[in-house]
Amino acid sequence: MTTTLFDKLWQEHEVTRLSERQSLLYIDRIFLHERTGSVALNGLLEKQRSVRRREHAFCTMDHIVDTLPGRGDDTLMPSGRDFIIATRHAAHETGIQLFDIADADQGIVHVISPELGIALPGLSLICPDSHTCTLGGLGALAWGVGSTEAEHALATSTLRVTRPETMRVSFAGLLSEGVSAKDLILFTIRELSASGGAGYAIEFAGPAIDALPVEARLTLCNMTTELSAFTGLIAPDQKVLDYCAGRRYAPQGELWDQAAQHWQSLRSDEGAAFDEEHRFDIGSLKPQLSWGTSPQHCVDWDAAIPHANDAPDASASAAWQRAQDYMGVTGGSQLSDYALDAAFIGSCTNSRLSDLQLAADYLARTGHKVAKGVKALCVPGSGQVKRAAEAEGLDDIFRSAGFEWREPGCSMCFFAGGESFGKGVRVASTTNRNFEGRQGLGVRTHIASPLTVVASACAGHLVADTTV
Amino acid sequence: MTPFTQHRGVALPLLRDNIDTDAIIPSREMRTVSRSGLAAGLFAPWRYLDPDARTPNPEFALNQPEYSGASILLAGDNFGCGSSREHAVWALMESGFRAVIAPSFATIFCNNALRNGLLTAALTQHDLDVLVDWVSADPAAHTVQLDLEACTIESDPEKEKKVFSIDPTARDMLLKGLDEIGLTEQSIDLVTRFEEQDQARRPWVYIASD
Repeated sequence: MTTTLFDKLWQEHEVTRLSERQSLLYIDRIFLHERTGSVALNGLLEKQRSVRRREHAFCTMDHIVDTLPGRGDDTLMPSGRDFIIATRHAAHETGIQLFDIADADQGIVHVISPELGIALPGLSLICPDSHTCTLGGLGALAWGVGSTEAEHALATSTLRVTRPETMRVSFAGLLSEGVSAKDLILFTIRELSASGGAGYAIEFAGPAIDALPVEARLTLCNMTTELSAFTGLIAPDQKVLDYCAGRRYAPQGELWDQAAQHWQSLRSDEGAAFDEEHRFDIGSLKPQLSWGTSPQHCVDWDAAIPHANDAPDASASAAWQRAQDYMGVTGGSQLSDYALDAAFIGSCTNSRLSDLQLAADYLARTGHKVAKGVKALCVPGSGQVKRAAEAEGLDDIFRSAGFEWREPGCSMCFFAGGESFGKGVRVASTTNRNFEGRQGLGVRTHIASPLTVVASACAGHLVADTTV
Repeated sequence: MTPFTQHRGVALPLLRDNIDTDAIIPSREMRTVSRSGLAAGLFAPWRYLDPDARTPNPEFALNQPEYSGASILLAGDNFGCGSSREHAVWALMESGFRAVIAPSFATIFCNNALRNGLLTAALTQHDLDVLVDWVSADPAAHTVQLDLEACTIESDPEKEKKVFSIDPTARDMLLKGLDEIGLTEQSIDLVTRFEEQDQARRPWVYIASD
């Protein structure tokens, strides 16, 4: 009997079968943040329930906390302070580990959970946050849930889960120089559509995946949720083991040896059957840029934006037109025709050390500065990333090129009522969502890789770096 | 959770595909650490010409008198995609919605809806189009009847009832109004037994408690 990686992980965590399609799954790790976790913890406390295994539950401050230097509990978001105080109080009441604002390990939940060894291969991990699928990059079974499900997991160490079907997306060929995991996932969403993964757990495979460094795998899996998939997964290999070894919450000594041996068995068997398969040759893939208001609205950076009346059907045509009106772009034009007002490097998609290294390397290599009138920000994903970047002098490179260098957090990936770019502002962003109003009322978000964002910030218009 | 068995109400069409949870309830409208106080923020980017001043957009169906009291939302494909915020469900329910009918739903939204008693009924695009045409002709009079036991939608009396689809487990939970946490707590012994066996199998998973 051949088995897929997903099925192996499902079986390992199955406490009992509840119905034909639903099982009670054991949840190894729970991570919360102050945006939605506070509601889950409060719900628990209100009903006088406790956290069943508090040593397996963690919390961070990332969504609401300011990223400005010298920050504290006060935030620019109206009532933001209430969320911070409530989360801290609930974390203390329930006794779970909190990575508070001043903690050296504070940062974006999906950046710090692998960094601290809280997410590990084969572990099930949930968080009331849709981008929890990021951790599939380590071979963890990780997915986003709502606050009520988070409460369920805190109280019982389990969740009642309807089993998704399995999909494999295989990539033949290797990514060209200057083309990244971000481009690969944007291309995949463009091909499969924003609902193309609905009902599936997706395993990414093939030579292009094997060649990806661990942090790039996290970037790739991060955006599986933009396909509406249950989660994304990559089989753990030696690179992942090397990455996890020695992390704060990773097993040590003999336990590590046992774990590492087990993790090597976590791969789809030869000939295992998937409910759906897709194959793409990505050897000639170009950097991707979004032109619209859904991550599926992407093109090769130098291709023309499609005409709305070329859409496959009337409903898509209306959606494309609406998106182009919102974005202030027209079909047939190129993205490089549009002047840029702002650039953002950060978020759970692209705020890890390797992302910052790529962008800083561009600045150092070309000597380019941020174009006049462009507001540019670099927000490291965690305290660890920030310190490592500073140790390499990356902060100086960013600052002297005209970037702001911020404290770790989600920052302007979304608009919670605090900081924003301003109405009609055009932003090149390494984030994951270009929805209407996502980064602020009327803000026009173009999602892209760190390299494309830094090159665009310096050019003053949208452009990919083709000099590498 | 309030059980869902049958419901009749005014249906409001919002026929865009991929309506994301940022559109249903923007982050800036989630102002308190609570599950309530969200109704005024529902669809804020579309419903108001100026969300800060709360100036209503007369073009938006939610602001039109013929849809007043609407309790069933008719939407496009992949409804509720994006952020996992359960506030999207809470905002809809606080505004009086009991059901959403769409060709498909995003998984996390669907799970959240189910746990709060909001019905997500999947209908084919063709059936949805027919339903929307009928409702739009006279929204206040052309109310829609949903029957979860039979999984049917009754609208135009001259036409047959339409059958919608929903995951059988979800249907069962909604019909009974089950509290999942309470339900799982009843079988917590199974979890303890699983842990005992699992600790031998995967000892590295279990962090020593201090």
